[in-house]
Amino acid sequence: MKIVMIIILLFYLLSTAAYVAYLFVQKNYMQQAGRCMLTVGFLLHSLIIGYGFVQSGHIPVRNLHETLIMAGWAIVCVFLVFQYKYRLKILGIYAAPLSALVLFIAYQMPGEPVPDQNLFNNFWLISHIVTIFIGEASFALACGLGVLYLIQEHAIKAKNHGFFYRRLPSLELLDTTGYASIVVGFTMLTVGLITGFVYAKSVWGRFWDWDPKEVWSGITWLIYAALLHERLTVGWRGRRSAILSIIGFAVLLFTFFGVNFFLKGHHGEFTRW
Amino acid sequence: MTINSVSDEVKNRQLIVFPCAKYSAMLDIVLMGLNHNTAPVELRECLAFSKDEIADALEAFKRCPAVREVILFSTCNRVEILMTAENRAEAVEAAKEFLSRVKKVPKNEFEKALYIHDGDEAVRHIFRVASSLDSMVLGEPQILGQIKDAYRTATLKKTSGVILNRLLHRTFFVAKRVRSETGIGDHAVSISYAAIELGRKIFGTLEGKKTLLIGAGEMAELAVEHLIRNRAGDIFVANRTFERGLEIANRFHGKAIRFEEIENGLQYADIVISSTGAIDYIVKGKQVKGIMRRRKNRPLFFIDIAVPRNIDPEINRVANSYVYDIDDLKSVIEENIEDRKKESLRGERIVDEAVIRFRSWYESLDVVPTIVALRSKMEMIARSEIKKTLHSLNHLSEDDYQAICRMTNAMINKILHDPTIFLKSNGHHGNASIYLDITRKLFKLDDEN
Repeated sequence: MKIVMIIILLFYLLSTAAYVAYLFVQKNYMQQAGRCMLTVGFLLHSLIIGYGFVQSGHIPVRNLHETLIMAGWAIVCVFLVFQYKYRLKILGIYAAPLSALVLFIAYQMPGEPVPDQNLFNNFWLISHIVTIFIGEASFALACGLGVLYLIQEHAIKAKNHGFFYRRLPSLELLDTTGYASIVVGFTMLTVGLITGFVYAKSVWGRFWDWDPKEVWSGITWLIYAALLHERLTVGWRGRRSAILSIIGFAVLLFTFFGVNFFLKGHHGEFTRW
Repeated sequence: MTINSVSDEVKNRQLIVFPCAKYSAMLDIVLMGLNHNTAPVELRECLAFSKDEIADALEAFKRCPAVREVILFSTCNRVEILMTAENRAEAVEAAKEFLSRVKKVPKNEFEKALYIHDGDEAVRHIFRVASSLDSMVLGEPQILGQIKDAYRTATLKKTSGVILNRLLHRTFFVAKRVRSETGIGDHAVSISYAAIELGRKIFGTLEGKKTLLIGAGEMAELAVEHLIRNRAGDIFVANRTFERGLEIANRFHGKAIRFEEIENGLQYADIVISSTGAIDYIVKGKQVKGIMRRRKNRPLFFIDIAVPRNIDPEINRVANSYVYDIDDLKSVIEENIEDRKKESLRGERIVDEAVIRFRSWYESLDVVPTIVALRSKMEMIARSEIKKTLHSLNHLSEDDYQAICRMTNAMINKILHDPTIFLKSNGHHGNASIYLDITRKLFKLDDEN
């Protein structure tokens, strides 16, 4: 398992290198190479997750090690889909190193699964996990797009047409892609929360428990809901949308890690090491 | 009948063979010209050639014995005559005479503005010119097309031969390489085009984007033309005098609006180009804040070409609205020009490499005329022998005659194959001239011409 992880990590790092080279030299084949490496890494990544699933009979998110592997997988998955749809080549400079970093941290974590957990392996749980991870990866992407937007906007407003101005795509493309990833993320998060409620009801008999994880997930959901609402009604786009997607992702990271580290709750064991 | 067709065929062959045989001695490549650096515009316009004049000029050069091949091209920034000649000085003198005679300008008036290059330098010069490394606006793309036109005229007039054909094809290749491998043509170097590029960075595509033109002026109208070429959407024109606005709007198939309607127009437009003579701001910061709300924050791009400025620079601070005034655009252009200069160094490297390549081809050329002469001698012998033989063989059909011709050609090819390979190979350690000399003596090639 470890060796496969190193190979995947290697592919992600190679992909990162290719994207960095692309950022500087701007040759298209570099970007293509980066995407190929990422795709190969992704396939292997999918394989080890599938292997983990078959071996244990549980979707492998039972400790921080497995959770992070899953998170890295979701990021690459969402990036590849968006890259295919929007041809936003430069985003690889964010997605490739991010997935490499997540995988590297996962690699550092001990891999023994926590033995005794009251998990009922039903449809609701699996849907809950998959949708939540895809949703979170989309938000991660939206955050990256927000950063790129702010860089590009600053270049145009400050009339400073340097390195990034030339290499980054138009504001419009960054904005629409960011918007699309928030829409996807929000949809997935909503579905993830609902399936989570249904699972909670079926296992613990309650939909909502005022568990910190639940509360913070609710807050995250509200932030993105507000962002989408304002965009549709008064047109919160561009800069404001970019800043909010960065803030939203920060809150999301807190929900993902912080709640488990600083507060107690029934998701605690999944991020234990 | 048969014999007549033989001699016809032979004549055709002769036509193909003999122009090549013209190059029995090594020719010089000579370039004579003047450009924006060496000649003031008053002189350049006196010496410029129109397309028809070029064709006539080439006709005239054909009759000039000192010049073997010639291509002439003329743009608003340069007049260049590219020639091959046996005697460089004679050719240059002939070209000068010609210019003076046709353009009715005394020689001493333009002689000082002329530059004369030969050999590698001439090759380098034409490469640099076509790659736009020698242009007034570095990297401008028109020059290559102009040279291509000139070359087409020369091929139609048949004044371009083996050497210039090869040289021009290399030139086009080099120019393309410089353009695609360096950033010499990247990024706008004109105000109006710089504005369009900025628009693309904001909107992605300009397709369907609506434009509001406030006032009119050459630069503003140029920008609108660029926008139309990029398939921008509706164009609104606001002018102090409505009639004038209507006039401009008609030209761009747009719609004229009254000056008081500008605020309303800002709600629909995506790009605002202003160049009026107003002393005060026409669009103010406060106004735009309200408008942005009504536009649901869709981006709004102001291009302010007017001096004094028409657009309140404070607007640039409003979210999703961008203001570029003439100085901003100028500094963008200056940066771009600097970039092109840097890129041109890489272009020069590509040119240097190509000059060396061309020289090695050119040096191998003296082998070619020898081979050509050898072949034409063989063909002449074959031709006369066929003629003699066929006199007494009247019963042969046309097919039989063709077969004999084919056989003779095949024999010539087989016989010449090894000597040709030998002469062309570079295995003589720089002593190619000895073997060429022997070949010429053995077959008595030099007396033929």
